[in-house]
Amino acid sequence: MELIDHSVFNLIIFVLAIFVGYYVVWSVTPALHTPLMAVTNAISSVIIVGALVAMGSGSTIALVFGFIAVVLAAVNIFGGFAVTHRMLAMFKKRG
Amino acid sequence: MSPNLAAIGYLIAAVCFIVSLRGLSSPATSQRGLQAGILGMGLAIVITLLSLQQPSVLAYVLIPAALVIGGGAGFYIARTVAMTAMPQLVAAFHSLVGLAAVFVAAGAFASPEAFHILVPGTTDTIKGLSLVEMGLGAVVGAITFTGSIIAFAKLQAIMGSAPIMLPARHVINIAIGVIILLLLIWLIVAQSTTAFVLLILFSLLIGVLLIIPIGGADMPVVVSMLNSYSGWAAAGIGFTLNNQALIITGALVGSSGAILSYIMCKAMNRSFISVILGGFGETGGAATAGGEQKPVKAGSAEDAAFMMQNAQKVIIVPGYGMAVAQAQHSVRELYDALTKEGVEVKFAIHPVAGRMPGHMNVLLAEANIPYDVVFEMDDINSEFGQADVAYVIGANDITNPAAKTDKTSPIYGMPVLDVDRAKAVFFVKRSMAAGYAGIENTLFSQDNTMMLFGDAKKMTESIVKAMTGGGH
Repeated sequence: MELIDHSVFNLIIFVLAIFVGYYVVWSVTPALHTPLMAVTNAISSVIIVGALVAMGSGSTIALVFGFIAVVLAAVNIFGGFAVTHRMLAMFKKRG
Repeated sequence: MSPNLAAIGYLIAAVCFIVSLRGLSSPATSQRGLQAGILGMGLAIVITLLSLQQPSVLAYVLIPAALVIGGGAGFYIARTVAMTAMPQLVAAFHSLVGLAAVFVAAGAFASPEAFHILVPGTTDTIKGLSLVEMGLGAVVGAITFTGSIIAFAKLQAIMGSAPIMLPARHVINIAIGVIILLLLIWLIVAQSTTAFVLLILFSLLIGVLLIIPIGGADMPVVVSMLNSYSGWAAAGIGFTLNNQALIITGALVGSSGAILSYIMCKAMNRSFISVILGGFGETGGAATAGGEQKPVKAGSAEDAAFMMQNAQKVIIVPGYGMAVAQAQHSVRELYDALTKEGVEVKFAIHPVAGRMPGHMNVLLAEANIPYDVVFEMDDINSEFGQADVAYVIGANDITNPAAKTDKTSPIYGMPVLDVDRAKAVFFVKRSMAAGYAGIENTLFSQDNTMMLFGDAKKMTESIVKAMTGGGH
């Protein structure tokens, strides 16, 4: 039997993750929808792994592209997590 | 690091991200969730650094430099940004994810061997499937980039918030869509650099064209939608990299943004398609400007102070105007003054109050208003009937009873806060101009409504002053 291609496995993971996302996000309280956007922003910057691979590939042009992408993603990661922290710290109960 | 070990590590990172979103189900668990997210991100970065193929000495210098430059800038922005500016900050952040996706795709295109996407046995032929994934990632990334820039410009008031309607824009958009599709096919068939560059340029263009016809009050949907796009772009790149952390995260973010867009559309009783097609609020203002105006009663800060002080229950309804006037801290003073008098004070939040989902909640939290007196529309709507006073500050269309009764109203069917059922309504407003949708609010002419004309912040301050300064 032929082996299943990587991309098909990835597609399976992708589809299942969409379902996980669907159920997890519906459970987020509407009061925290702004922090949700800020934190999803930060985690979608895990794209930085691609940028790092490009920088470490040995090709000069990929190094340049990768560098720009790492800077952009780093702004998002640090900025996104920090601003989420700042917002969440404001949510306090009575008393 | 062995690829298998790395894959396990990426899996743990992805689980951390899921946990981090789950934590947001309540403010009490949210900080722990955030820590999980940071842990996951750190893990993903470390694993990647440990598995780099052939990093040059220069890369070892430039990687920390890039992290410090970007991280420092991000930290600085996050520390200094005003909470009222959160929608534009999020839009700006989305644009960066989009642009980063474009550059990663470009890096993969330029250096395919490092990304393991070559056809086995060749030195420069990229697998067709990888070209599809890379191309799609770049397209969505580019659209996210320019679309978010436009959203940012509108939210930051660099651009007017009114929709910009190009003639024959649907034809233009469809034509560009077809061109993008053809370029994608060209890229896959010929692995052409020209096709790749053109693909990105046309995607940048369509990103602009898609967002310019969408007006200011529809921004909550746009910001959510771009959030979703940034996730799909990340997932596309994840396929190219064969990196499961990226695929899972992209899917999470993509569905998160999609759900938020859906919630926002539902709260406006509009279809996603009609928001995307744009133009809402373009003609409304002109149409009602000539219409007859019913008489309204104007009140003073002293009237409002007297009524609220002697009330048992007051519900405060904040809207975008509160953010614009930076009135959240004055609202906190009002809350304090009333609570001290023994008045029960609650806040009612409409899902589309403000310019992004949850915007009002953050502003009230910033002003130290406890989150357990802040309620969502569905949880508090039944309580307006028992409220002695409803105080509407900077909101308009989301309180309009015409949405419930007037079948001819453009906002008919939109869920609104039942402010009209309160015994008395105080409505802070600069003038009698119509709301964003250009529709007259029938609440204004109700017998139990008193208009307070003035700036939201100054009016609230005057009410507090009248309450604490006089009469005791």
